[in-house]
Parts: sequence; C-alpha cells; structure tokens
Amino acid sequence: MSGYVELVDYDEAVAKYDPVLGIEVHVELGTKTKMFCAAEVEFGGEPNTQVTPVSLGLPGALPVVNGKAVESAIKIGLALNCKIAETCRFARKNYFYPDVPKNFQTSQYDEPIAYDGYLDVELEDGSIFRVEIERAHMEEDAGKNTHVGGATGRIQGAEYSLIDYNRAGIPLVEIVTRPIEGAGERAPEVARAYVQTLRDIFRALEVSEARMERGNVRADINVSLRETPQSPLGTRTETKNVNSFRSIERAVRYEVERQAAILDAGEKVIQETRHWHEDNNTTSSGREKSDAEDYRYFPEPDLVPVAPSREWVEELRETLPELPAVKRRRLIGEWGFTDVEMRDVINAGALELIEETVAAGTAPAAARKWWMGELARNAKEQEIELSEVSVTPAQIAELQGLIEAKRINDKIGRQVLEAVLAGEGNPEAIVVAKGLEIVSDDGALLTVIDETLAAQPDIVEKVKSGNMGPIGAIIGAVMKATKGQADAGRVRELVLERINN
Amino acid sequence: MSDLIKLSAAELAAKLQAGEVTSVEVTQAYLDRIAAVDDSINSYIVVTAEDALTTAAEVDRLRAEGVELHPLAGVPIAVKDVVVTDGVQTTAGSKMLEGWIPPYDATLVEKIKEAKLPILGKTNMDEFAMGSSTEHSAYGRTLNPWDIERIPGGSGGGSAAALAAFEAPLAIGTDTGGSIRQPGAVTGTVGVKPTYGSISRYGLIAMASSLDQAGPVTRTVLDSALLHELIGGHDPKDSTSLPEPQTGYVAAAEDGAKQDLSGVRIGIVKELSGEGYQDGVQARFDESIELLRGMGAEIVEVSCPSFTHALAAYYLIMPAEASSNLAKFDGMRFGLRVEPQEGPVTAERVMAATRGAGFGDEVKRRIIIGTYALSSGYYDAYYGSAQKVRTLIQRDFNAAFEQADVLVSPTAPTTAFKFGEKLDDPLAMYLNDVATIPANLAGVPGMSLPAGLSDDSMPVGFQILAPIREDARMYRIGAALEAALEQKWGGPLLSQAPELEVK
Amino acid sequence: MSTISRDEVARVAALARIELRPEELDRLAGELEVIVQSVAQVSEIVGPDVPATSHPIPLTNVFRDDVPVTPTDRDKVLASAPASEDGKFLVPQILGEE
Repeated sequence: MSGYVELVDYDEAVAKYDPVLGIEVHVELGTKTKMFCAAEVEFGGEPNTQVTPVSLGLPGALPVVNGKAVESAIKIGLALNCKIAETCRFARKNYFYPDVPKNFQTSQYDEPIAYDGYLDVELEDGSIFRVEIERAHMEEDAGKNTHVGGATGRIQGAEYSLIDYNRAGIPLVEIVTRPIEGAGERAPEVARAYVQTLRDIFRALEVSEARMERGNVRADINVSLRETPQSPLGTRTETKNVNSFRSIERAVRYEVERQAAILDAGEKVIQETRHWHEDNNTTSSGREKSDAEDYRYFPEPDLVPVAPSREWVEELRETLPELPAVKRRRLIGEWGFTDVEMRDVINAGALELIEETVAAGTAPAAARKWWMGELARNAKEQEIELSEVSVTPAQIAELQGLIEAKRINDKIGRQVLEAVLAGEGNPEAIVVAKGLEIVSDDGALLTVIDETLAAQPDIVEKVKSGNMGPIGAIIGAVMKATKGQADAGRVRELVLERINN
Repeated sequence: MSDLIKLSAAELAAKLQAGEVTSVEVTQAYLDRIAAVDDSINSYIVVTAEDALTTAAEVDRLRAEGVELHPLAGVPIAVKDVVVTDGVQTTAGSKMLEGWIPPYDATLVEKIKEAKLPILGKTNMDEFAMGSSTEHSAYGRTLNPWDIERIPGGSGGGSAAALAAFEAPLAIGTDTGGSIRQPGAVTGTVGVKPTYGSISRYGLIAMASSLDQAGPVTRTVLDSALLHELIGGHDPKDSTSLPEPQTGYVAAAEDGAKQDLSGVRIGIVKELSGEGYQDGVQARFDESIELLRGMGAEIVEVSCPSFTHALAAYYLIMPAEASSNLAKFDGMRFGLRVEPQEGPVTAERVMAATRGAGFGDEVKRRIIIGTYALSSGYYDAYYGSAQKVRTLIQRDFNAAFEQADVLVSPTAPTTAFKFGEKLDDPLAMYLNDVATIPANLAGVPGMSLPAGLSDDSMPVGFQILAPIREDARMYRIGAALEAALEQKWGGPLLSQAPELEVK
Repeated sequence: MSTISRDEVARVAALARIELRPEELDRLAGELEVIVQSVAQVSEIVGPDVPATSHPIPLTNVFRDDVPVTPTDRDKVLASAPASEDGKFLVPQILGEE
C-alpha cells in the first residue's frame, strides 16, 4: 500500500483541472439516549455498558425513535435552509459488518427528513461561497472495533478484533452536499470552511458538542477533477473520516495533486474509498467502490413514518438561535474589532473561546490578546486546534482578572499560563501555591530599594543631579532582587521618593 | 391422567380462586402429563419445572394471604420458543441459538410473569417459525396427538400439540402467515391471531416484522379471550403496537356463548373454497354455517378477488423482511459460531460458515428468496409490487366488511398430512397457508376453532376474520359456534381424540 | 421473468453471507426458479396507480422521550457470546475495512 505515489504540484494541478467536491458530514447528536433505544450515551464509558438488547441487535429487540433526535434533525435542516419532509420513513441498509449489530443500519434512503437547502460559507477573504445541500437524514452510528494482535495495529494483519457497542445506535444526522462546483483553487479552503461552519451551527443549535477530536463530527470528502468547468464530472474518490479541519484542507489538496498526476499520465482515476493518514498527510486506497454494491434498502417495517406537522416545524423554526454568521456580524459591533481582526479570530477558531472568555468577565480586547497571542502560538507549536489547547476560557478570564487587580503583572501572568497549560491547576491557585503575588508591601520593598541604592552611590548622585537615564538600572536591580514580583511602577515611585529625600 | 388437566383455563382459574385446588397441584399435574407423554409428542424443547413450581407456590401463598391476584394467576402456560425468556434458553427451533440464554424478557412474558402464571416451558416450532408442519425444527418434529404419523401444523406445532395432548391449558403462539391458526385447525384446538399491533412484538424473534403477531393458543374460545386480554395492550417498546387498551374480548365471548346471533351478517369468502379444499373440510365448514344460520345470523357470500394473489405477495414480503431480520444471526455476538474448514479465519468467512451450518434448508431457502427479491434490479418487480398487492387485499377486505360483519372460511384446505409428504415440495407446503395469509397481509384479526372431524377422522378448523380492531366480533361469533358445536357433539371435540400412550 | 442460474444463487448467497455446499446450490437454483415463477404474477396485477402498503395499520410519529433506562447486564450478555475479552465481544479478524 505504501510505495511511491506521483503527485503534481498543487498550483499546476488546479491551473489544469477544475476540482469538484462532494462532502458528507456525519454529526453525532448530543441526546441523552440512543437513536432507537433508551441506552444512555456518555463519552468514555466502560465498554458495552451503554447498551440494551436493541443496540446489541439481540433477537427479539425492536427500535423506537428518539423524539429529541428527530427534533434535532429538523433544527439542523431548518438551519441549513432545507425543506422539511411532510412525511418520511426509515429504511434498512443491509450489509454485514461485525460492528453493525443487526447487520443492517437503520437509516433513511429515498425519504430524508430534510432536503434542498444551502449553506453560505464565509471564506478567509470575507467572501461568501454558497454550498448547496442535497439532503440531511437521520441514522445510527456503528460500534467501535479495536484490532488486536496485528503487527501494525491497523486493520490488516490483525489477528482478532474486540468490539464495544457503546457507540452503536448513537443518533447521527448525515448532511450531503450537491456537487460543489466553482471553488477552483480554493477547493481545500471551501471544504474546510464548510465543515467549520457546520460545526459552529451544530453548537449554536445545541444539538451536539460537535467535538472533532471525539469524532462527534466526521467528514467524508469526495473529490474529482475535470478538464474545464464545462466538462462532465470526473470519476471521484471518497476519503473517509477526515477528523480535523486541517486534515480536511490537506486531504482535498492531496487528492487534487494525486488525481492530477493520474490524469496527466493518461490513466483513469479509480472510483474508490480512500483512507486519510494523519501521520503523513496522504490518502491510501481502501476498498474499491463499485456500483454493484447492493444494500437492499427497504422501508424499516419495525418503525412507522415520521410526519412532522407544519405547526411543529414552525415552532422549531421560532426557537432557532442566532446562527453563527449573524452572530459574528453582531459581535463585530459589540466587541469593536476590525473586520480583519474578526476574520483572523474566526479563521483561528477563536470566536467561541473569546466569546466565553468575555462572558466570564474579560474585556474583548484582552480576551483576543490571549487567544490570538500566547495560546495561538502554543497551538501552532503543538500542531493542534486552538480549542484543543489545555486551558479553558474561564481560566483565561481568571488569569486576566489577577492582572487587572494588579495581583500579578503581565510577565508573571505568562508564567502562570504556562503552569495552567502544564496542568498544574487554576491561575489563582497557582499564584498562591508558588507565591507569585506582587510584593505590594512598601516596607519590604523599601528594604530592598535601600540596599540597592546603598550599593550604587554613583547612580544616586546622577539621578539627584537630574540625569534620569540610569534609574532603569536601579529598577531592574530591584525587580531582580524581588524575582519580578514587584510592581515596576511602584518601585519607580519609591526609588524617586528615596533619592529625592 | 388427572381430570384437572382436562379442564379449560377458565375452569381452572375458577377452582383456584375458590380454593378447591392449589396452583402447585395443577402445575404438578401438567408436569406429570408432560413427563408421561412428551417423549413421544415432543411439544416442548425445554421444560422449566422448577420455575413453574416456584411461581405456583408463590401464587398459593399469596392467595392464602388474601392478596388480590390476576384471575389467571396460578394457571400454567407454555410459551413458543420464538419468544425471548430471561435466563431460559430460547432457540426459535434453530441450531443457531442452541444454548442461547437471553438477558431479557419479551413484553408478553413480562405480563405473564406479572400475572403469575407458572411457565411450564418453551414449545417446539419450525425453525424461526418458517414452516407449516414443525418438521423444520432443529430439535426434532412434534407429533400430532390425533395421529402420531401426521404433522401438528406449523410453525407453532409444539404449542398446539401441547394443548391437544393436555400438556398445557394455555400456550403462546405467533402467526406470520397462519402459524397459530393452521396448527389449531389440524390439532382440534383454538388459535387466535389478533389485529396486528394488539400484542407487543418486543421479544418475539422476528420473521417478518410487518406480518408477525403473537396470540393465544387454547382449547376454548373463552380461554383465548382471557389470554388475549392478559398479554395484549400498548407497549412503548414496540412502535407498531396499537395505542388503545385490549379489552372487551372476555365479555364478547361470554355474550357469544348465549348463542344469539340475530342481526349478525356473516360473509363466506368465495375465493377460499373449491379446488384444493378437501371434501370433509368443506362438509364440516358447511355444517358450521348452518349452525350459525340457526342462531339467527344472516349468511352472505362475498368476493375478494385479490386473495388469489395473496400467497404470491406473501412469499415475497415475508422472505424479504426475514432475510434482513435474520442477518443478525452471524456468530459474532451470541449463539453458534462456526469457523470455515479451510482458508483464513476472518469475520466475513466465519459469518458465512456459521450461517451455512446453523440455518436449516427452509430458512436458507427463504433468506435466499428474500435477498434476491430485495437486491437491486428486482426490488420494484418483486417487493415493491407485492406491497401494492397488499393494498389490493386491504381494499378487498374493506369492501367485504361493508357487506358482512365477519368473514369465514376453512382455516386450512386439508387436514393434517403425513410427515414427509410435502417436505420436498415447498410450493405444496406453502399452499397450506392460502386461507390464513390474507389476514396477515391486511393486519386483520383471525381465529381458528374446531369444526369437527373430516372423513379421515382428523380435525377441521373453522376460520373467522374480523375488521382491524374488531377482534371482539370473532370472540362473540366463535364462542357461539363453539357452544352450538359442543352441544351437537355432546362435549369438546378433543374428548374424541385417541388416548395417548403414557410412560 | 428472468430465470435463476446457479451463478445467480451463488451471488445472492454471498450477499446473504451464507456458505452453500455445491449440492445446495444446485438444489436451490431449481427451487428458486419454481418459486420465483409462481410469485412473479405480483408485478403483472398492480398498476402504477396502486400505492404500496408497508404497514398494515397506518400509524405515524411514534416517538420515545429522551430518558435513559438501566442498561442490559454486560456479564449476562457476554456470558452468551461466542467469545469475549476485556468486556468486549471478541470476533475474528476483520478484512475489508468499511
């Protein structure tokens, strides 16, 4: 599977070919129970403890639809400007796989709950790109396999697998785009921005925590190339389960480069599923996807149709929260950021973090400084998303509060942040535990200042004669002696007082 | 043989309530009967004597303390092995589930346990309820107590034979195309398939979800009504369960026993007679019609032209749904696991080997037909069209019920045939269900009760069909006919059955 | 209507994940032919105007509240499984990732 793969330089590839995308996003709904049974859903439980006969596919078990999940699906549909079906059904998608307990997935086939919508996505330069949504439908997640005994730990060569069905049956909504055309060389950015915008919507709707790193949101990315925007669609590949925004961008880029090389060589792209490798930023061939794949869909006879009344749909429409794009425009006004600042904040994935920090009592500018400064650097160094940095908005607000109360200064603040990032606790506790609080007792400070001045009589003379230049050296020495814990402004005041007396 | 076991469930219940007998005595009498005859009849796959006696003793104790109990408390019951029972092996008659101990109870079992009926055991059946003869069980065939050379019907041959051989006073059956009614007909017992959704399907090992329905297997119409009210009613765990309570059936049966049917219109279904219907079957049917007329009923003939296509539609819908419902039997999570004899041991190959070894011929046949009918390119022509035929059949029922309050026909075209007679001819076997299948396709309730003996001295069944949610009508008319027939015979039909050889 | 070849039965058996012996394939091909011929009439008697009935009783919007129940006892479930390890179901190696 490894071996040398020919790639064409990205700019060259998009100069020659027109990329077309198709994106399928699965979002795990944050309901308390599963889609078709009342097994409790909680992240990180002991294996096979969040199950019922239904989610284990035991003989005799029957599904019952989680009404809350239907409500969430309708909300998502409305937020994506979709039509909501007057009536729709579940269907069985039949295929054998050990992590699918019934050997069919209960999904929706020709009657999705939401269809014909669109999502306007803001790109980095502030322009809007419209992504057409074909459908959003409800389905259930599969269990989780762990492969044991293989040399690589990957699926091939494993000797056996262990299955945990805690995830089996968790409600999913799958959102399918129409072919995304016209993105041109910005296809990777469009893909990323689309999924990021969806993620923001899921959170705003409070239908999912939408945490990429937990697999709450998973994207399958279809990419194809064609000679010109007028040519018919080319053969596509589907890269499965791309689980971070950065990877989405890279995976599109990689597939464009790879397919261009194949087409340049006069060969044909194979329609197949490909797997994304986070470690080396490449995709590899999975199973060849043939049209002969025969899922034998038929209406789920154990469930009755879902027919959301128009009243219900309108009620839900009324409850829709302010969507992220609207909110951003509002926040620009409230926070006083410039358009460029706001765009940078959004691109860095810092909007919500700043919002929460502000909500915890910090001024917007200060919140932005932390998240776009120290913390953005930290995320970059670790190659993680800003939201994955191990500090919470509440902790940043606490830290800023300590500075504003002059209990620590900026420099100590950064030191405290490092300790927070290292998992040592909350800012205030760290300041107390390490004795980092500013020395505000003038008596103690004066002792240090007197000692310093006594040691440098020449400087004292210079200052007395009106040459203020060397005072910095005195202040620096005092700060050094107090290990930086003194308020530099107060030190200056006291030094001048002493010299001039 | 103790006389206790010849009593109906209603009579037993009355004696228990009056303190004339104890539940332990009754339960023990049945366990003794099972020990005496079941080696030859093979009604049971598993007998749960200890559990049954524990429940019986509890009932006796509570009753002695004056605690208010369900009217049927203490009356033993047998449960078809397609119904999941917590802690007791449940096999659905398949090798696939040999030794499988479920971790939960079917809803109807929960209700039985709540009402404290001692469960005698799990009864034999065609594998996954696929068959009309109980010859397709991995646990041996069940014999017909009327003639041990003949089939007891199927798929619920075990439950029906247990009733006919006095090995239980009540039993649970399931009916997808006739599996309660046809065994009832050929064993001289009563069987009811209620309106679809009347009894929860939660915990029934599914064959065809849109057709399956559990129901009572008894010796009298009143007993069926009592059991129906006990196990029926809305279940939030079954999305297709009817929302309304299931009551009024006992009252309807009691009303029917007065034998006054004036003002009742009874429709004979033209398409369910004639060619293929045994002479003796037709004769007993005609005599029953005369009895009904004698009680004041108006007899009309109705035509349901689409019924001639019911069998074809059924043999597409049922296997299609079954092929998907039975996909879970793959050796991964429960039940049998078989490794391939050669080549790599992968999950995919273990699944195929397990299913190849664990399923019997009839099950494989139906899964293959169903998979074929659903596979791309055939869906519209087969499954899709069959669902449309279903609409036509419902329309025929609706039209017929404009003309008649209930519809009637022989339950099965023939009496019990001999073992092996139709085993190699699936189509001939499927024809047994020709009169019972339309009810399943349309969801309407149906009942079979004994109408006498044919020329071969084997029992004949009389079928009553009522509109959806009008199960009470068939209890009323069934109870009336039963009373009239028993007057004519001078007792229940089963008293004419030959004595079984006992150990 | 189509006739069912032995190859077709083999294809369908693979879809249904059932390993069939050669003699089973032969027998089933013959039986299926007969059964399919006799059920094929359904496509001839219904017009496009007839709606399909998938549920005998028309119900809609049967929903459950989002309230958890006690989970099924894992030990009981795993005790009835062919193989298990560390609280998980043990299955043979899985090829052909989905």
